[in-house]
Amino acid sequence: MAVSATDSGARNIVDGGRAARYGLRTVALGYLGLLLVIPVALIFYKAFEDGFAVAWEAVTTPEAQHAIYLTVLMVVISIPITTVFGIAAALVIVRQRFRGRALLNAAIDMPFAISPVVIGLSLVLLYGSRDGWFGQDLAAAGIEVIFTPVGMALATMFVALPFVVREVIPVLQEIGDDQEQAASTLGAGPWQTFWRITLPSIRWGVTYGVVLATARALGEFGAVAVVSGRISGSTETMPLYLRRLFDTFNVSGAYAAAVVLALLALTVLFAMNFIQRRDRAILAGPSVATEPGAVVPHLDVTDDKENPR
Amino acid sequence: MSQGAVATAKAPPRPGHRLGLGGPGLTRGLVVGYLSLMVLLPVAAVAATSLEGGIGAFWDAVSAPQAVAALKLTVISSLIVVAINVVFGTAIAWVLVRDQFPGKRFVNSLVDLPFALPTIVAGLVLLALYGETGILGIEGISFTRVGVVMALLFVTLPFVIRSVQPVLLELDAEMEEAAASLGARPLTIFRRIVLPNLAPAIVAGAALAFARSVGEFGSLVLISGNIPFETEVSSVYIFGQIESGNTESAAAVSVVLLAISVGMLFLINLLGRRMLRHGS
Repeated sequence: MAVSATDSGARNIVDGGRAARYGLRTVALGYLGLLLVIPVALIFYKAFEDGFAVAWEAVTTPEAQHAIYLTVLMVVISIPITTVFGIAAALVIVRQRFRGRALLNAAIDMPFAISPVVIGLSLVLLYGSRDGWFGQDLAAAGIEVIFTPVGMALATMFVALPFVVREVIPVLQEIGDDQEQAASTLGAGPWQTFWRITLPSIRWGVTYGVVLATARALGEFGAVAVVSGRISGSTETMPLYLRRLFDTFNVSGAYAAAVVLALLALTVLFAMNFIQRRDRAILAGPSVATEPGAVVPHLDVTDDKENPR
Repeated sequence: MSQGAVATAKAPPRPGHRLGLGGPGLTRGLVVGYLSLMVLLPVAAVAATSLEGGIGAFWDAVSAPQAVAALKLTVISSLIVVAINVVFGTAIAWVLVRDQFPGKRFVNSLVDLPFALPTIVAGLVLLALYGETGILGIEGISFTRVGVVMALLFVTLPFVIRSVQPVLLELDAEMEEAAASLGARPLTIFRRIVLPNLAPAIVAGAALAFARSVGEFGSLVLISGNIPFETEVSSVYIFGQIESGNTESAAAVSVVLLAISVGMLFLINLLGRRMLRHGS
């Protein structure tokens, strides 16, 4: 009975909506094509318009090499710290009950709501060597933050901060703490429980967060632009280098730099895609449900019980 | 390792106790400390600096005609972008979940591209396409407000889609089928059954897209041309103020910008929670 109802219902939707469905598909794919595919394909075309040699030259000058090196350095410094913080913060938010927990949870999202330029400004106000809150003391101690890679790393850590936390929290909520409790009852210490139980079950969430944070760190422009002073060959990352090439009318050079960044982005995209598939394979195991859907299997069970009656 | 196991085994079995004290407290302290140092303190510095010259100076900085024009453009274009995102984002999420066509998985992973692509590249890309010497040769989009909206649409594309998709996946098609078998038309089904279920997710995605639009900088510096009173958004205005040494004025406008995006996030969170409660 249920089956026939489903069948006719589905056919009804299909019959009534075939034109609408194709229309919707065209609109959706057309929008994506115009906004995403054509523009991104175009950078590759533009970069090699004047020949491969020109593009190659633009991204192999000493300045470009330094920019690539500095971009990678920013990722290498900021991402490990962000990852450790992200896992710890997610554990604190999900596993602990304390006053101000909601506030902590909300505060972690702040970097999403703050303009990168404002992030840069805030660091200048704190660490600027002339009139920053700590800048003068640090300068007296011989530490320069603004206009150096130190400040750029701080800016990168600021913008990358929420990604790992946000990816790990739902996973932690989903796996619950039964296994951790069991391990601890069986005599495992907190660290042992963490390495043996918690970390293995959240590893794909962590990885996904790391990939997102890396993408952001590689491409950050606004915050780093304010903090770095954009000294070429010294505090210029790849995105800043691209901007300067463009401003100095080396347009094909700018496109070549864009290709380098776009290739990095596509690698990131590929990694995201791969992780998601792994994640889904794991989730498709015994417990399928993500948070709100936990209700659905229960409904199915009651349905099955009612049907024979 | 075995030593640790022995030592803990000797202790009286009180697992709940260990979870609440010592180590966890330290972790919490470190987390709060890091967040305070990295985020809260810098934001406090911006707020304090904005008021350094008193309320009068703050107001002067914020109500300067160029600052007002920039704020207006920022908010209006963000609202336009959010509206477009809500419609197309929901449609794309729908097609990606309910429709079947070859290459669907490829299209699905493509949606994340704006998250992965550096914003400056996004700006360059749009300039290549719609700029004066652009391939499409559509003149008058670069260095115009339309260009601003285009850039914002590019960088905010994934928010609504990625927020709606999981909810749509969970949504049981049986309800829609039941409605259809009772004679409801597709549009009615969408309006009465699908939309109410998706609304909280749409709103949540829209809030993130709005917050991102309000603060966006990297994708706009190239395509907008940064013409004061014309295509200069607030983040670009703040950047200019910093460059010319007006940190107090930059801080004042920053505070307003921050208040807009945080306020919007808060408001929409509230709305979303009410809708969730209403729906269940």
